[in-house]
Amino acid sequence: MNVDWITFWPRIVEATGETLIMVIATLIFGSIIGVSIGLLLFVTRKNNILENKFVFRLLNIIINIIRPIPFIIFLVSISQLTRIVVGTTIGTAAAIFPMTIVASFVVARVVENNLVSIDPGVIEAAQAMGASPLRIIFTVLIPEALGPLILGLTFVSVSLIDFSAVAGTVGGGGLGHVAMTYGYQRFDGSVMLVTVVILIIMVQLAQWIGNTLSRKIMRR
Amino acid sequence: MIEFKNVSKTFSLGKREVHAVKDVSLSVEKGEIFGIIGFSGAGKSTLLRLVNMLERPSSGSVFIQDIDVNTLSPKDLRTQRRNIGMIFQNFNLLNSRTVAGNIAYPLKLTSISKQEVNRRVKELLEFVGLSDKAKDYPDQLSGGQKQRVGIARALATSPDILLCDEATSALDPDTTADILRLLKKVNRDFGITILLITHEMHVIQTICDKVAVMENGEVIESGDVFDTFTNPQHSVTQRFIRSVQQDLPSTHILKEWRAGGGGKLYRVIFKGAVANDPVLSMITRKHNVDFNIVYGSVRELQEKLFGNLLVSFIGEPIAIQNALTELGTIVAVEEVVENEC
Ligand SMILES: Nc1ncnc2c1ncn2[C@@H]1O[C@H](COP(=O)(O)OP(=O)(O)O)[C@@H](O)[C@H]1O
Ligand SMILES: [Mg+2]
Repeated sequence: MNVDWITFWPRIVEATGETLIMVIATLIFGSIIGVSIGLLLFVTRKNNILENKFVFRLLNIIINIIRPIPFIIFLVSISQLTRIVVGTTIGTAAAIFPMTIVASFVVARVVENNLVSIDPGVIEAAQAMGASPLRIIFTVLIPEALGPLILGLTFVSVSLIDFSAVAGTVGGGGLGHVAMTYGYQRFDGSVMLVTVVILIIMVQLAQWIGNTLSRKIMRR
Repeated sequence: MIEFKNVSKTFSLGKREVHAVKDVSLSVEKGEIFGIIGFSGAGKSTLLRLVNMLERPSSGSVFIQDIDVNTLSPKDLRTQRRNIGMIFQNFNLLNSRTVAGNIAYPLKLTSISKQEVNRRVKELLEFVGLSDKAKDYPDQLSGGQKQRVGIARALATSPDILLCDEATSALDPDTTADILRLLKKVNRDFGITILLITHEMHVIQTICDKVAVMENGEVIESGDVFDTFTNPQHSVTQRFIRSVQQDLPSTHILKEWRAGGGGKLYRVIFKGAVANDPVLSMITRKHNVDFNIVYGSVRELQEKLFGNLLVSFIGEPIAIQNALTELGTIVAVEEVVENEC
């Protein structure tokens, strides 16, 4: 059974838009929350500028609990919370909520790992010049780690495309939903092919943008 | 200017305790260049970092212009830190900022205007001789140039004190000499008190007025550089001094000298003004004794001369004895004994 492409194309375009919205919105929210958590993780480490054992341990435990849960299971298991927060468990907005939570913790780890690679001497030099902890966060930590950070965020956005497809299969909309309903349940190989090609293009585009940006920032 | 009063610092690594600094009392006067020397792990960096409270003392106090820095509020400490520049072995420049950006960084922490920041950066770039590198990034610079940026950055807020943590240890000898000259200039032109730490006696010899020798967290000897060099008390100090001035020829030469029937060797030490007088020649002529300088040097230390010569005397034993006695009233003379080498 074949779809009628003339009426189907707009559906594909719409789904592509939904996927893009899911990925971009999650990337924005996830980056804001994730970068904040990552910075907090880093500065509360032992011997760091705002050392705080309690905060550091708490954040670590939360991340370590949530990160290993497969996304599809996480998605389903917090659906009650999603309903309370978003009002529904179906559609793009309902997918963005769990995706943002997972992305935040992935981003937090990426950020923390990039910050750890900053030479502690540079942070110390800023302290010795009389910079406050907040000042150090915004004028030393973020700028010094920005290049690798953007590569890390690129990596995250590629996994978000993957997550969005997973969310799509359980009612989240987007290309995953199209692939599932038309390609899988109705055995339409051409629909499958089109969605796969669009996903590949998205991933390549994300990678290209990320690489270009980070190269600009790292001046290499 | 800076005073350490019975300062100790202990780090706990799990159950193990490291006594990095033990009961150190030192006082650094305004306008001097004070050097702390010691082998790696002696506690030098920890001591230096106690001055701007990058490290807090476990006991004792550090005073800067009579203020106990450990009692300052976080805000007052940040203000105080702007009065204490610091440079590092690894430069610790911000790689995401240009040379000008690095120098401007400490200025932007203060409330001065943008024009004033630019003017000051330009002035500092000129002072360290890097005006043409303003727009370069640190990774485009040589080690010496990076340290110049570090110095300019440390001087940006016109501090009274400059702390140097092994500032030349990552540099080659020529560049080291350049940077030491620049530090001397900083001290002379601006009257900035410099507290530096190093493991190289050469650095102490070249620019310091005062020196303290550290070992295992303790200051084992301290004083005027000239006095310490010419009359070291502690064996560690002697080892450091030997690293810059060999005061004995090699065992090979000494053995040959003795095998060839060479007589007793005496170490004759001249300090300061006496090095200008022909003491050796006058006294030996008077006693009708010949002398032979086997080994040694006369060098300048803190604008004073310091001679350290190995001399053998030839003549009647009694005449030699008299000459030695008279010589001993003017300069330091001691016999070089076999096991010294
Ligand atoms: N933050 C720290 N934690 C634990 N031990 C430290 C710390 N800093 C320095 N030490 C220890 O203190 C001793 C002195 O170190 P340091 O002051 O760096 O010596 P130096 O600068 O003379 O080489 C060393 O044994 C070092 O391992
Ligand atoms: Mg050190």
